[in-house]
Amino acid sequence: MSGDPLLRVEGLRMHFFTKAGVVKAVDDVSFSVGRGEILGLVGESGSGKSMTGYSILGLIDPPGRIVDGRIDFDGIDLTRLDAAAWRAIRGNRIAMIFQDPMMTLNPVLRIDTQIIEAVQAHADVSRESAIARAREALVRVGIASPDERLRAYPHQFSGGMRQRVAIAIALVNGPDLIIADEPTTALDVTIQGQILFEMQKVCRESGTALIWITHDLSVIAGLADEVCVMYAGRFVESGTVADILDRPLHPYSRGLIDSVPSRNERGRPLRQIPGMTPSLLSLGPGCPFRERCTSASPRCVESPDVTEPSPGRRLRCFHPSA
Amino acid sequence: MNAANAMPPLLELRGISKRFSSRLDFAARLAARLGAGGRAQTVHAVDGVDLSISSGEVVGLAGESGCGKSTLGRIVARVLEPTEGERRWKGRAYAEYDAPASRSERLAVQMVFQDPFASLNPRMRIVDLIGEAPVVHGLVSPGERDDYVAEIMQRVGLDATLARRFPHQFSGGQRSRIGIARALAVKPRFLVCDEAVAALDVSIQAQVLNLFIRLREEFGLTYLFISHDLGVVRHLSDRVVIMYLGRVVESAGADEVFVRPNHPYTQALLAEIPRLEATKRTYIPIRGEIPSPLDPPRGCHFHPRCPHSTPRCQAEAPRLREIAPGHLSACHLNDSP
Ligand SMILES: Nc1ncnc2c1ncn2[C@@H]1O[C@H](COP(=O)(O)OP(=O)(O)OP(=O)(O)O)[C@@H](O)[C@H]1O
Ligand SMILES: Nc1ncnc2c1ncn2[C@@H]1O[C@H](COP(=O)(O)OP(=O)(O)OP(=O)(O)O)[C@@H](O)[C@H]1O
Ligand code: SF4
Ligand SMILES: [Mg+2]
Ligand SMILES: [Mg+2]
Repeated sequence: MSGDPLLRVEGLRMHFFTKAGVVKAVDDVSFSVGRGEILGLVGESGSGKSMTGYSILGLIDPPGRIVDGRIDFDGIDLTRLDAAAWRAIRGNRIAMIFQDPMMTLNPVLRIDTQIIEAVQAHADVSRESAIARAREALVRVGIASPDERLRAYPHQFSGGMRQRVAIAIALVNGPDLIIADEPTTALDVTIQGQILFEMQKVCRESGTALIWITHDLSVIAGLADEVCVMYAGRFVESGTVADILDRPLHPYSRGLIDSVPSRNERGRPLRQIPGMTPSLLSLGPGCPFRERCTSASPRCVESPDVTEPSPGRRLRCFHPSA
Repeated sequence: MNAANAMPPLLELRGISKRFSSRLDFAARLAARLGAGGRAQTVHAVDGVDLSISSGEVVGLAGESGCGKSTLGRIVARVLEPTEGERRWKGRAYAEYDAPASRSERLAVQMVFQDPFASLNPRMRIVDLIGEAPVVHGLVSPGERDDYVAEIMQRVGLDATLARRFPHQFSGGQRSRIGIARALAVKPRFLVCDEAVAALDVSIQAQVLNLFIRLREEFGLTYLFISHDLGVVRHLSDRVVIMYLGRVVESAGADEVFVRPNHPYTQALLAEIPRLEATKRTYIPIRGEIPSPLDPPRGCHFHPRCPHSTPRCQAEAPRLREIAPGHLSACHLNDSP
């Protein structure tokens, strides 16, 4: 990629200040995405993936707060934007597809009303052409009978169809950056294939940058250019897809790849990473993975720094796998 | 097969159908009265499904988005009433369990919902969401509640110190584990799991699937396991049922379905399974028109997309019939010699 990346996240920290203590949901995470590029943001449940996405989009509510770091988007520092500036960017230049489609959809409004609103909020177009765009958007995400479905309410759709409508709304204004938070986890493979196809096409043809948040490595494998792995709110390692999937250096990424069902025998217990994600409330210094790690040594009670074991590859571990 | 066959199945569905009719809104009603189109829409979400499940069996239910899996699951779990057909539990009709005395039998079927957020009351703390029903139904005393909740939370991989939080304070995957914990808390015999592990990352997915396998071994739990993830379905199920546009198109032992898929739709579905290979692939959209349950194709629902379709397929709906012992398929190709 030439020039500056479209989005650069540097040392991001997002904490919740709760009565029980500080939850460090995102704690020193950095990555960047260029135009037309697809970044996979991977990590286990509760590792801070969604909160990283929300931070980029300025959607953090109290008691949560961005406490440190920069988020540069095409020369704009997103951590300093006011409400008016956000309205011009959100849903227009940056769109987000939420893990839960009902965060995008209003349960009491018909689908056509919602898509037309999304179009007309950012473009001065007639109602007719907004409807035409809405219809086209539904076809793109594989919704049959688009004309009838446009007049339906969200509760009349299946779980996967609701998510596809939310994806259609994200695509409708041709954004520069899309943050997709596990949008295909509840979709069957044929529809998932179609959505991924549409997403790839959008990125290649319009130069849209895409951050694909997921725990599903098989989706990332076919889709992303680069992968960034998170664990317990922290950056763990990053590199090209081939690097991460074929030669994971961090013991956590290796465990993640080993526990995929297709690599295991049927009916037998699946290989799993021992132990549980640590509570983010009581997380002290040191590598957060050390309690579950088979390579850990006494040294791991200190925090490893981020190193660059090879060009384009970054890692935070004292004892990487060979 | 064996003596167990003499017993009635634990759960039996006979000719279950569910139709949703959209009420027209005011403008459309007016237009309809003036003769300008706008007729009420009917969705055939489930169309004449027969299914029986024996005690201790794990049945995987798979099929394309919108084909009626959740609707069927909800009907099994009594969350929805079918438009037609009969549901039987241990050989007796569901309605016979409506008396208050049969409450414990009704608790025996629980559902883990596809949409955990929508199914969790946002104003209730986790300890109440999970602990209320077991206390109300006398499974644990109020004094034991907190320990009981903590134990269940740990089983599904949740940090028990978070029991006093509200649902919105959890990540997506944590919420779906709350849904699983809530269903398990009333010690069900039959669990309808609707995409229960879809929002979980592989390591936690492995923990939860292992938990399901263990519960089955320890308590003989029976499952209807709805999932679009065929890898998960294969791993867990004894038998796999494939639906297409409201109908069952194939049903067979898990290995049989994956090794010898009979129905062309099942074959197409299996060809799409993503694999963990670090080769960038170009995703290919599904072939053919995506069918609409608002206006399902005549004959075999799959015929517009089927590579083997014949004129008969366009006219006549194939019956689900046994093509090999324990292997059912609904395709006309099985009739030709
Ligand atoms: N309002 C809140 N108050 C306190 N903690 C919160 C709040 N919202 C989220 N958290 C915590 O922040 C952490 C990160 O959450 P996040 O939603 O980013 O996880 P995630 O990586 O997206 O996980 P998943 O894959 O399960 O969706 C979690 O441990 C969660 O419990
Ligand atoms: N309350 C409702 N009113 C009208 N139509 C409905 C309603 N609930 C479901 N439907 C329709 O019934 C069909 C089947 O929906 P269902 O939720 O059972 O699908 P599904 O197989 O679970 O799909 P997914 O994999 O996307 O969750 C869909 O076409 C949906 O639009
Ligand atoms: S830093 Fe230590 S504990 Fe952490 S992953 Fe590496 S070896 Fe394991
Ligand atoms: Mg999330
Ligand atoms: Mg569903």
